[in-house]
Amino acid sequence: MRGTNAVLGAAGLAVFLALGEAAPRLGLVKDEYFPPTSRIADALATELADDAFWTALGDTLTGWALGLAIAVTAGILAGVLISVTPYLREATASTIEFLRPIPSVALIPLAVLLYGTELRSVLLLVVYASFWQVLIQVMYGVQDVDPVAEETARSYGLGTWARTRHVLWPTALPYVMTGVRLAATVALILAVTAELVIGAPGLGARIAVAQTSQAVPEMYALVVVTGLLGLLINVGARTVERRALAWHQSVRGEVAV
Amino acid sequence: MLDVRGLKKVYEGSGRRVEAVRDLTFTVDAGELVCLVGPSGCGKTTLLKCVGGLLTPTAGEVLIEGRRVTGPPPDMAVVFQEYGRSLFPWMRVRENVELPLKQKKLSSARRRELVADALESVGLTDAAGAYPWQLSGGMQQRVAIARALAYEPDVLLMDEPFAAVDAQTRADLEDLVRGLWRQRGITILFVTHDIDEAVYLGERVLILSSSPTVVQEQLKIDLPAERDQLHTRVAPRFAELRTHVYEQIQAAKRGAPVDRLVKDVSSDTPPLH
Repeated sequence: MRGTNAVLGAAGLAVFLALGEAAPRLGLVKDEYFPPTSRIADALATELADDAFWTALGDTLTGWALGLAIAVTAGILAGVLISVTPYLREATASTIEFLRPIPSVALIPLAVLLYGTELRSVLLLVVYASFWQVLIQVMYGVQDVDPVAEETARSYGLGTWARTRHVLWPTALPYVMTGVRLAATVALILAVTAELVIGAPGLGARIAVAQTSQAVPEMYALVVVTGLLGLLINVGARTVERRALAWHQSVRGEVAV
Repeated sequence: MLDVRGLKKVYEGSGRRVEAVRDLTFTVDAGELVCLVGPSGCGKTTLLKCVGGLLTPTAGEVLIEGRRVTGPPPDMAVVFQEYGRSLFPWMRVRENVELPLKQKKLSSARRRELVADALESVGLTDAAGAYPWQLSGGMQQRVAIARALAYEPDVLLMDEPFAAVDAQTRADLEDLVRGLWRQRGITILFVTHDIDEAVYLGERVLILSSSPTVVQEQLKIDLPAERDQLHTRVAPRFAELRTHVYEQIQAAKRGAPVDRLVKDVSSDTPPLH
């Protein structure tokens, strides 16, 4: 079953790449704007040999990782604090619901005004976009603590800290993981967007340069790289999730008793 | 040992006022196994939570060896009905049993010893490395019992612990609890809605009235200490006692105690006050 799926997946990808090669060659699309797969692959190889590409990749990953780390830490701390403090949830709910839907890209002018094209601009946008993903999930997770588990812990004399560590955190962890996975993807989108629009150094800025200098295959090659990054990030996050949540229903599947 | 005096619990919230427990007074002696039985919804769980220090009573008090219960007492363990939710699915059986011991700041050698001993006495030595959800319901409840035993409590509270397991497992677990009680001399307060179970297990049965709850009757179970599922349950005395408890519960539902219909049932109900 797994093998069949892998073969089907590979076949689908091969057809897609072949279509990408054939369409411009048959004149179905203009190859100025849509170069065939092989030309994009060539451009990708050239990029990979270029030190500047690796610097740009490093910049993008730095912005992504730092921003994500800040958002996850802040999201978890704020989420737990808001959920466990009486009245704080009610007091903050409307504000959160107001701030959360603001698209991060709407803050680009603010980021430019504050930090210009520095890394901090990218961080502002990345953190703003991914923070809410984590926060909301953590708040749901903390709500999910089973009263029986909580009472069990209390009856065995577990204090506030021990209950947070041994009951609240493991309960919230599946939600936290979902939040982090969503945030990781959003963070990459925002990192590239910020670089593309603001011109902060990174893959996004390199895409903009390729576009303005009519280097169309290079531009596609860079877009492919960002796509691959997104894929890797998602796969990585899922792997971490599966390992950390081996005990959870969503991962363990049905158990024969 | 365990002294419940004038316990009253009223839940208040969203404009509704529910008097779950009106006035409960009873004692449990050290080393005694007392079963609490009452009609469903009579506040058994509320009572147990007050005794366990998980709920603050509206009036009255609970004393353990003369000390007033204000929070979960360190020498008391609780076994809940919902074993699946009471055990932590993210911990293996061994870790579940060990966690409360870590809170007691015991050395790791002592913890290992207690965990091994507790798992052995419930017959689950082999399951130490499994996750609770890999075990059957009966085995999970055994783990919960082992966790309570390892905690070395003086008083063990059991809140309808076998209500969610099948009849055969239930019989096994009843014998397990009685066996452990006789071996270890723990004081056990066992809450159940099952009349047969109460009579089979208890040295004494407290019959509660329906809500608002008071102690309807205290009944001494004068069955021999050696009990087994096969013979005890068909003994004429067992039938008499269970009939009596059943009648009292039916009367409790109607709201008045009945005159004794079974002769020769010794009862030590305290005078009404």
